[in-house]
Amino acid sequence: MIQRRFGAFGGQYVPETLMETLVELEEAYRRARQDPTFLRRLSFYLTEYAGRETPLTYCANLSHDLGCRVYLKREDLLHGGAHKINNTLGQGLLAEFMGKRRLIAETGAGQHGVATAMAGAVLGLPVEVYMGEVDTERQRLNVYRMRLLGATVHPVASGTRTLKDAVNEAMRDWVTNVRGTHYLIGSCVGPHPFPSIVRDFQSVIGEETRQQVLEREGRLPDMIVACVGGGSNAAGMFAPFIGAGPALVGVEAAGAGLGTPRHGASICGGSPGIFQGAFSYLLQDGDGQVRETHSVAAGLDYPGVGPEHASWKESGAVRYEAVTDREALDAFRYLSRREGIIPALESAHAVAYACRAAADLGPDGILVINLSGRGDKDVPDVARMDGVA
Amino acid sequence: MSRLAAAFADRDGPVFVGFLVAGDPDPAMSLAVAKTMIDAGAGILEVAIPFSDPMADGPIIQQAHERALAAGMTPDAAFDLVQAIRGYAPVPVVLFTYANIVFRQGWERFAARAAGAGADALLVVDLPPEESGDLAAAAARHGLDLIRLIAPTTSAARRRRVLAGASGFVYLVAVEGVTGVRDDLPAYLADLIRTVRQETRLPLAVGFGVSRPGHVQAIAAAGADAVVVGSAITRIIGEHPDGGTKMLQAVGDYVAAMVGRP
Repeated sequence: MIQRRFGAFGGQYVPETLMETLVELEEAYRRARQDPTFLRRLSFYLTEYAGRETPLTYCANLSHDLGCRVYLKREDLLHGGAHKINNTLGQGLLAEFMGKRRLIAETGAGQHGVATAMAGAVLGLPVEVYMGEVDTERQRLNVYRMRLLGATVHPVASGTRTLKDAVNEAMRDWVTNVRGTHYLIGSCVGPHPFPSIVRDFQSVIGEETRQQVLEREGRLPDMIVACVGGGSNAAGMFAPFIGAGPALVGVEAAGAGLGTPRHGASICGGSPGIFQGAFSYLLQDGDGQVRETHSVAAGLDYPGVGPEHASWKESGAVRYEAVTDREALDAFRYLSRREGIIPALESAHAVAYACRAAADLGPDGILVINLSGRGDKDVPDVARMDGVA
Repeated sequence: MSRLAAAFADRDGPVFVGFLVAGDPDPAMSLAVAKTMIDAGAGILEVAIPFSDPMADGPIIQQAHERALAAGMTPDAAFDLVQAIRGYAPVPVVLFTYANIVFRQGWERFAARAAGAGADALLVVDLPPEESGDLAAAAARHGLDLIRLIAPTTSAARRRRVLAGASGFVYLVAVEGVTGVRDDLPAYLADLIRTVRQETRLPLAVGFGVSRPGHVQAIAAAGADAVVVGSAITRIIGEHPDGGTKMLQAVGDYVAAMVGRP
């Protein structure tokens, strides 16, 4: 049985046209998880194509600086440079299992679009990606990358012309072409069963981490930190550790500051609302209109968050904190210089919070940071901020 | 008998349900659009409270939501608009919106305010029966019908469950897709209307894509009681950025042609 709600959160707030498809998807997913061929194929692609398992890297320099034992879970080393491929391979194979021959996806900065295009290319499924016009201009190279991988990219000109509008447009496509198309949603958001499916496909992160840290340290970590936009890398990292002991911290984008309107911290700075198929936390005004958001990290620049995170917030299973653009940029530079690892700006939020919290753990404390992606994609932007053309 | 039931009981030919986004192109003008539609023969009005993320709508109505929000439209002002329409004519009003707008007001408070303003029914497009328990109870307390939708993708088994809790009328979505103007309606539509017609005694309204007098005739011939027209009207508003009497004239002419008035 797959949970329809996480406490009060989740649900299926979608037009009637999609309801039967969501039932079918849940059914198919339940069968796929028991299907030896599906599981074998997933394992094959995760290992041979994406490059699992990823290392859990002990960071001597960070440990020295921060005063505890610091590990990075290296999702940045996956094919495509981020955790996104775990989900796109899983859902791509699920689409194949259901006999759906066309994939659609939304993308913000382009990471999920690229990961979907990769999965589509290797599985032989045509891919169409919706991307806000503002983002296609900001991330031209990723648009080209998707096209190189054989995907069609549709610029979205409605609303704020960013990620949330790309999700709306992908939903509209799905409503129109629902019988032959799978909507490969990129995070643990949207209507049930998507939040559960995406969490499950990303849980390989937490499961590997658990085994790796037990092998190395003989015990579970004291604290695990992951960034939260929609929240898929954090959900995948946290799920196997819920209630198991480690302090779990999800780090949202405080942007220009939680006291300003320019941030992306749905849990720390938002309120419960219904958005894009789910009841969760949302950045909205008093009338329920969805607010524009901001983060230096495009992957965190989204007004909603996965409903399971909302339930973890309510139950206290996970603590949610927020880190500003400035702190994230400092962490981006710090990790690059100190460990020779350039993190994605999204992941740099987790690094920044870890730097803040590490001192309390003491020298024997074990801290794991989920390094959800690598920062190559962000180098041109940061170079511009530094005045390098 | 409710105003809604009376509109269907008294009908002479299919009822024309005219859709507008409250505040499109601005709050004052949208009242004039509503009055124009009533004068031209609309038997029911569907009034949308604009939302920042209208996921079920095609480009034409999306732009109407954007225009209305840019003109400062709010749920409060939409209730005022319904009240003004109620002051003008006894035409039934279906208040349409997206779930978050209702949730933010509170299910109970929203229903109370809608009823207080003179609305007759609620239609929340992203609130399927599985999620609508709280609003259905609040609507019933305030004498409002909560309109349920049937889509071409809704299976027979599911239709039974959806129809079991329906009231007011049943809204049959004509196409697999979002709202919009379409030249041709799908070939399966007439059969689908006939099938659903057998499954409920409630009036049956067909919408999404309906835009031509020929569509209205075909839908009525298949046994439906009403047509809902949104994008075609909204498009006229969008095509007249200066608004004013020309736009109202065009809306009035269009509605009159659709209802078959000379």
